[in-house]
Amino acid sequence: MFGHFLDRFRAIVLSVLLISCFALPAFAGTFEDAVGKFANDEFSDTEEAIEAVASSGNPLAFPIISALQEERLSADPESKKVFITQADGKIIDAATGAAVDKLPDNAASVRLNNRLRRTVEAALGSLTLLSPDPAKRVAAAQSVFKSHDENALPVVEGALAKETDKAAKEAFTEARAAIILFKSDASDNDKLEAVSVIKSRGDQEALALLTSAGPDQPPLVAQAITGAIASIQSNLAMWSAVQNAWYGLSLGSVLLLAAIGLAITFGVMGVINMAHGEMVMLGAYTTFVVQEVIRTRYPGLFDYSLLIAVPLAFLVAGGIGVLIERSIIRFLYGRPLETLLATWGLSLVLQQAVRTVFGPTNREVGNPSWMSGAFELGQITITYNRLWILCFTLAVFVILLAMLRFTTLGLEMRAVTQNRRMAASMGIATSRVDALTFGLGSGIAGIAGVALSQIDNVSPNLGQSYIIDSFMVVVFGGVGNLWGTLVGAFTLGIANKFLEPVAGAVLGKIAILVLIILFIQKRPRGLFALKGRAVEA
Amino acid sequence: MLAQLTHDIATLSRRGWLAAAAGLVLGLASSPFSPAKAADDTIKVGVLHSLSGTMAISETTLKDTILFLIDEQNKKGGVLGKKLEAVVVDPASNWPLFAEKARELITKDKVAVVFGCWTSVSRKSVLPVFKELNNILFYPVQYEGEESERNVFYTGAAPNQQAIPAVDYLMKDEKVKRWVLAGTDYVYPRTTNKILEAYLKSKGVKQEDIMINYTPFGHSDWQTIVADIKKFGSAGKKTAVVSTINGDANVPFYKELGNQGIKATDIPVVAFSVGEEELAGIDTKPLVGHLAAWNYFESIKTPANEKFIKEWQAYTKNPKRVTNDPMEAHYIGFNMWVKAVEKVKSTDPDKVIDALPGIEAPNLTGGVSKMLPNHHITKPVFIGEIKGNGQFDVVWKTPGLVAGDAWSKELDGSKDLIGDWVGKKCGNWNTKTNKCGGQGS
Repeated sequence: MFGHFLDRFRAIVLSVLLISCFALPAFAGTFEDAVGKFANDEFSDTEEAIEAVASSGNPLAFPIISALQEERLSADPESKKVFITQADGKIIDAATGAAVDKLPDNAASVRLNNRLRRTVEAALGSLTLLSPDPAKRVAAAQSVFKSHDENALPVVEGALAKETDKAAKEAFTEARAAIILFKSDASDNDKLEAVSVIKSRGDQEALALLTSAGPDQPPLVAQAITGAIASIQSNLAMWSAVQNAWYGLSLGSVLLLAAIGLAITFGVMGVINMAHGEMVMLGAYTTFVVQEVIRTRYPGLFDYSLLIAVPLAFLVAGGIGVLIERSIIRFLYGRPLETLLATWGLSLVLQQAVRTVFGPTNREVGNPSWMSGAFELGQITITYNRLWILCFTLAVFVILLAMLRFTTLGLEMRAVTQNRRMAASMGIATSRVDALTFGLGSGIAGIAGVALSQIDNVSPNLGQSYIIDSFMVVVFGGVGNLWGTLVGAFTLGIANKFLEPVAGAVLGKIAILVLIILFIQKRPRGLFALKGRAVEA
Repeated sequence: MLAQLTHDIATLSRRGWLAAAAGLVLGLASSPFSPAKAADDTIKVGVLHSLSGTMAISETTLKDTILFLIDEQNKKGGVLGKKLEAVVVDPASNWPLFAEKARELITKDKVAVVFGCWTSVSRKSVLPVFKELNNILFYPVQYEGEESERNVFYTGAAPNQQAIPAVDYLMKDEKVKRWVLAGTDYVYPRTTNKILEAYLKSKGVKQEDIMINYTPFGHSDWQTIVADIKKFGSAGKKTAVVSTINGDANVPFYKELGNQGIKATDIPVVAFSVGEEELAGIDTKPLVGHLAAWNYFESIKTPANEKFIKEWQAYTKNPKRVTNDPMEAHYIGFNMWVKAVEKVKSTDPDKVIDALPGIEAPNLTGGVSKMLPNHHITKPVFIGEIKGNGQFDVVWKTPGLVAGDAWSKELDGSKDLIGDWVGKKCGNWNTKTNKCGGQGS
């Protein structure tokens, strides 16, 4: 009896072995065929290939599909061979995994369109659901949440049972809910539970999912979905006010950064400097040059490029500022109109000079990794570049304030602007202080250029778009008062962002201008007018 | 301060004006200015593109293109046995200055033809000059249509050669049901969006599924609008953005899209003003899959295109210099003009204008474009997706060449109008009333 069983067992093991021996080459053949379809350069064939490769269970499936997503998969249309260029530059044959010396000459990267990219994302999602890295599991669960592919349900449930990481567990629960909501044969109770899971997620993607799941659901579920949509919408409406406030702060910080240098040259010195925007532009181009040098010589330093650019931009723009003061502006003190025209001419000269040297087209200034992307805070998205610019602006403001308050140069600057003759009698070299003050204002504009290069075009016209806004901020805040500039910038930023959703970007901007004109009629000296003898000077 | 300023204007001294004038001269002296040398054995070709100011970013390349084409033609022995000579002027992105410079080119330099303009405003500004002095303008940029003039030849795309096919593609291949029409606030986006809105509604798209948004020139703070697009796209229907955002505003727009994590697989953006040149200023990795509709892409592999790119990069001595759609339009327009001149053996504008309709010239994408009686040309339409290297990958194209409509069939005011400078000798012939002079915008 027992021996008989053993015999049978042996037979089974043998047959399994035999089958797998024969089946393996056959299976490898289909995998090779599937991979070969990538070489046909037809979107429909590529789609079939993705699906076949993703469901093959072959260890090469993940490298192939992630290479496809990152444009690293190339194919030779003649030999139908497909190659993966690995992240380290080595090349392997996608069908066999064997190393290859170099790509054939006529190999071209496999093309994708948006429909295929979605297929790739879904395939990668199901392939990485069991990845050892929790962050990757969360991302995979998210893409399953979006695609709500029924076939992924067993894997998701299996992963959910084993999951220990809190964030991943939550993501898997949501992904499972999304699948169940769209599964036609799920029971009403399961669906209701799914709706409440998605409702508690409460963001725009949950809203999109619920809205598209709305039609052809059982009445009870449909009712729950309508309720969930309404509750998410009212929640999002509340968050949108917070979001507007954040956008306003962010816009205000850009305005402040652009205007803060002008608050020195125009506000403190009284020079109408139309070339202020060009100092900002020079700062942005300094960043470009720094990044170019780093890209060609020291690629490892790229993330520090902005830190290196800040002092350099200050020196370049500040140096040119001193030069302008010494060669042009010092002959025009007390003659605002001539200063205005001379600096305006100068701004055109600087623009054209940059256009001749760097060309008229935009230059690419990259975002370091710590300035790219965004994070979610509650239901609003905060982008890192805006957040860093806000912090940077406030830091510049504080340093400048401290400089004016606590250093000898700051003391001399205040003395000269308050009473030039008295300051001169006290032994202050007023013309030297003038040059340094103008240089300081220009240098700060240069620093602003470093930050603005992260969110705007680096082109010769960069400065022009900020000059009007900068004057607006300084005049509105009160000439000669740094705190006024701060409050003015943030007021204008927030007012603009609350007007924009209501009136649109064009009308919003007009409304702000009209409001400022009316305000200046009422208070010609701006928000924070200087009092005392300084006003008369 | 302000009171002080007004006081100063009132009592401006002579010396003040001198200083002011010095400032102005300082500013203007910087613009490159090439005085034309008179030589009788050459044919003069006017180049009217901004080399300074806001539009220099796009137009400088077109000036170089014409100089390159003239150079190539002269190597082949010129036209009618004479060498071509370029007369370059700089209208400095200043619309009234376009008209002045056009007049200068025609009356002072006596050019036989002018290649120029980018914005519709600049074209409208020079129109009266070309009519009055009877000369020829080749206009190489995609525009809003609704125009057909005897003295102007439109080698860029009309809306039915760019916008409508792009929307068709999104509707069929991407199954888009909800539309954001975002544009810069001026005539081209406003007219194009009017046409698109009428077209979408004729295809059964409801008003609540269309969002129209305009922004000022050079808009740089896109946070609110991108967030609005995200919100609009979360209604459970496939959403796409049709962008007629112009020039410099594109870079911050795309940066914000990338940073807020809007991917092409979720909400694709199809742009009508973003080409290889504009992408040169951005890191395109976060933008992979967003679309553009043009009649030419640098990445299209044809022998003619490869030769053109090679010679262009050799001419500009820059192996990285990109090519783009308006450059191809100048390439076609220039060759058409040369053929027309050789056909009538004269550069007399009247003869050349009459000879141009029906002239055929190869384009760079493997087809042959033809000048139509309405002074527009036939072109293929391509939809390209942005790749990680800043180039476009063509994912769709029209089966044949599309004839440009001067007057849109979608708008009530213009659907009965046609331009016909061969039979009817009229730019706005009304096919209902059979009279010349219908209404147009």
